Amino acid sequence: MKTRAKYPFSTPFATPFATPPATPINSRRRFLKASTAATGGLVIGFHLPGGNKLAHAQAPQGPNLNVPNAFLRIARDGSVTVQVKHLEFGQGVMTSLPMLVAEELDCDWSKVRSELAPAAPVYAHTAFGMQATGGSSSVVNSWVQMRTVGAMARSMLIIAAANRWKVDATKCRAENGVVIGPGGRKAAFGALADAANALKVPEKVELKESKNFRLIGKPTRRIDAATKVNGAAKFGLDVTQKMLPNLHTALVKHPPVFGARVGRIDASKVHGIPGVTHVVQISNGVAVVAKSFWAAKLGRDALVVEWKIDDAARVNSVDFKKSYRDLAATPGPVAKAGSVDALKTAAKTVSAEYDVPFLAHAPMEPLNCTVDLKADRCEIWVGSQFQTVDQGAAARVAGLKPEQVTLHTMIAGGGFGRRANPASDYIIEAVEIAKDAKVPVKTVWTREDDIKGGYYRPQFVHTVTAGLDASGRIAAWDHVIVGQSIITGTPFESFMVKDGVDATSVEGVADTPYDIPNMRVMAHTPKSSVPVLWWRSVGHTHTAFVMETMMDDLARAAGKDPVAFRRDYLGKQPRVLKVLNLAAEKSGWGGPVPKGVGRGIAVHESFGTVCAHVADVSIDNGRIKVLRVVSVIDCGLVVNPLTVTAQVESATAFGLSAALYSRISLKDGVVEQSNFHDYPVLRLSEMPKMEVHIMPGGTEPTGVGEPGTPPIAPAVSNAVFALTGKRLREMPFKV
Amino acid sequence: MIRFTVNGERLETDVAPDTPLLWFLRDNLQLTGTKYGCGIALCGACTVHVNGEAVRACVTPLSALAGRRITTIEEIGKTPVGKKVQEAWLAEDVVQCGYCQSGQVMAAAALLASNKAPTDADIDTAMNGVICRCGTYNRIRAAIKVAAGPGVATVKPGVKPPHKAASKA
Repeated sequence: MKTRAKYPFSTPFATPFATPPATPINSRRRFLKASTAATGGLVIGFHLPGGNKLAHAQAPQGPNLNVPNAFLRIARDGSVTVQVKHLEFGQGVMTSLPMLVAEELDCDWSKVRSELAPAAPVYAHTAFGMQATGGSSSVVNSWVQMRTVGAMARSMLIIAAANRWKVDATKCRAENGVVIGPGGRKAAFGALADAANALKVPEKVELKESKNFRLIGKPTRRIDAATKVNGAAKFGLDVTQKMLPNLHTALVKHPPVFGARVGRIDASKVHGIPGVTHVVQISNGVAVVAKSFWAAKLGRDALVVEWKIDDAARVNSVDFKKSYRDLAATPGPVAKAGSVDALKTAAKTVSAEYDVPFLAHAPMEPLNCTVDLKADRCEIWVGSQFQTVDQGAAARVAGLKPEQVTLHTMIAGGGFGRRANPASDYIIEAVEIAKDAKVPVKTVWTREDDIKGGYYRPQFVHTVTAGLDASGRIAAWDHVIVGQSIITGTPFESFMVKDGVDATSVEGVADTPYDIPNMRVMAHTPKSSVPVLWWRSVGHTHTAFVMETMMDDLARAAGKDPVAFRRDYLGKQPRVLKVLNLAAEKSGWGGPVPKGVGRGIAVHESFGTVCAHVADVSIDNGRIKVLRVVSVIDCGLVVNPLTVTAQVESATAFGLSAALYSRISLKDGVVEQSNFHDYPVLRLSEMPKMEVHIMPGGTEPTGVGEPGTPPIAPAVSNAVFALTGKRLREMPFKV
Repeated sequence: MIRFTVNGERLETDVAPDTPLLWFLRDNLQLTGTKYGCGIALCGACTVHVNGEAVRACVTPLSALAGRRITTIEEIGKTPVGKKVQEAWLAEDVVQCGYCQSGQVMAAAALLASNKAPTDADIDTAMNGVICRCGTYNRIRAAIKVAAGPGVATVKPGVKPPHKAASKA
């Protein structure tokens, strides 16, 4: 897989993450079998040998372990259960990861089941070294690992059959859940599982060549769909007293201004409410604990808290914008060095300022966390993108060791980065409440808590001046980016912030695939009391918008077609060029556009993947209507085309919400929005018709979950410009 | 005491009458298929049927339900139209995170129960109140059209016939 040189900083959530770990898995990791006395059958797991005491502590020792240290379980009935180490929150890992295992296992796909793995070091992301779901990398980092698991199990099943038949194992093969031997003898996997489990795990296995794939690359429906159309699927919010007796519900009154501290508490009106059991002060607010959600809600409504608010925390979004503009006019830390002197002699220059607001993730399932805390152990049920981080945080608060904390990963109703918080905010508060109230507790965030709760995509201002020479070619590009750092203050700072530049603030600009001469990129990272976090596609959410609208403006200034203009800067980027060209071809670029319709294009590379959108828009009663989007994605080797298509549509819808509607603003430190009436997101009638084209070929998968988001806002802005001549440089768009 | 039926079962409850149906279902009956998303009837995740009509359970107090028939996502598959909708949802591989899909299925079932051949505009009107943050909208629209048609055979999770693209709305 040829990709551009990696971004100079190693950024787990931002780097184009094009290749799986270079070291073959067998040379540094040892797979092992777990005892299966309780269930029977074959179990394949692995642990990190040496140097990692935690991994050893949690390696399988017996059937009663609460951490099933295994990726694969083949039961006597032939069912194949894959433990999925990532969070399932819509991106399809409960299907795609089992596909990787099943491809090599040659099992019967209809017998494949999927479970979410709990927090454990063995389930670490193969590149990040911690259990994590992010960076559009779930399939990418599992690509070798999960196929290896399947191949090992297949090898053991074949040897078990060969031993039974007293034939040479090389004369046997596996197909659709059955081992077939000489003379057409057959044995089902389930019947071989116990015998296979008695065998040594092979040190090395050969993985199939892609031309021999039977499942990978085939449109495959989701394994988890059936339970999601009949209400049976259990999300984190669905932990009930049936599952956990005496479970209480807690709602937290969080500070109205970020960083405010609890002053006087008046709970006099709370305690009379039937069902309310506790009022608990915690580090970030006051919790009302009750026997039901509604009682907790009424209790919290009746709770009066006086807050100690620092004047400095009474911030305003409009002030941020003004101060960011001022900062942008001053020199800052350099993300990409270059001389922009050529601007002085340029034939034409284009200068522009771009503004994007804070954004809440607003997953449909509001945040929640269930905690059952005992003196010597703690059990947690939560939809987490950072299981081992959250496990560690819970352990610290509870005064336990991480291995005393069992964290069950619950499927999540979206997340988009919000459930990958290095600060573990919603886990920590739940443990604090459980510790004080001494009952099992489920915290539930209301939608208002979610919208007002911080950890937003940061507000940003970009200023760009680019010049064209007399022949209409870009002569120089001067770019300043101003916005809060997501990474500073997190454990990722040491390798993702370099020379004062947060890699996630400048990704997509400083590493642009366009061959732009004399480009200088500077980044200021002002601090504020507003907590910020990655939001689906992270820095690319704003950098693609700026780059791709600027390229359009420069094309117009040069008197060139936007696609032709871009091609001139992609001579060394055949992959990006191919995506751009296919998008132009499939959308009928250059052909007739219906009256009243504008057409715009944008292409962007992120997470090792290239995605282009061509948007057709109209304007109806002052509102932008996106009629059609033609998309092309090159995400390397495709594991499940249905997922790729779904995720391109999903990422587009997500990006359209930000482009057209969503905005978090603060006044005197208070978030002005609260629910979907003032934080609107895309609805069904506003979803454009979509046509997704997946570039064939590729030898390894690259990211899928996020790359569809960045190019949609600029494609729409460019389409509106084509229609009206008005350039939209502030999100959400207003016409 | 308020009396009503939930999924065919007659109930009598002394839970406070101002309690929203959503939390009665979830906390008292432990029927967690009906989801909380916004609490003020803006997102539709809590959609249930009351006497066959789509209703937002988060803003429907128990006091409004005396003598009514409530059907939730757990039982909608037992109605012919609910079954068709669920099968179409599987055939079109609609779901992603799935959290909103209880509400989507309930809203679609109510639409099709009253309108056997909904137009795109009918679908817009009936479904616009149910937010999907994953953006599964085009497959929702496609699945409603499938369910409105002659129906689909029960689909097991698995390899999808390649001739039928899920993305075509």
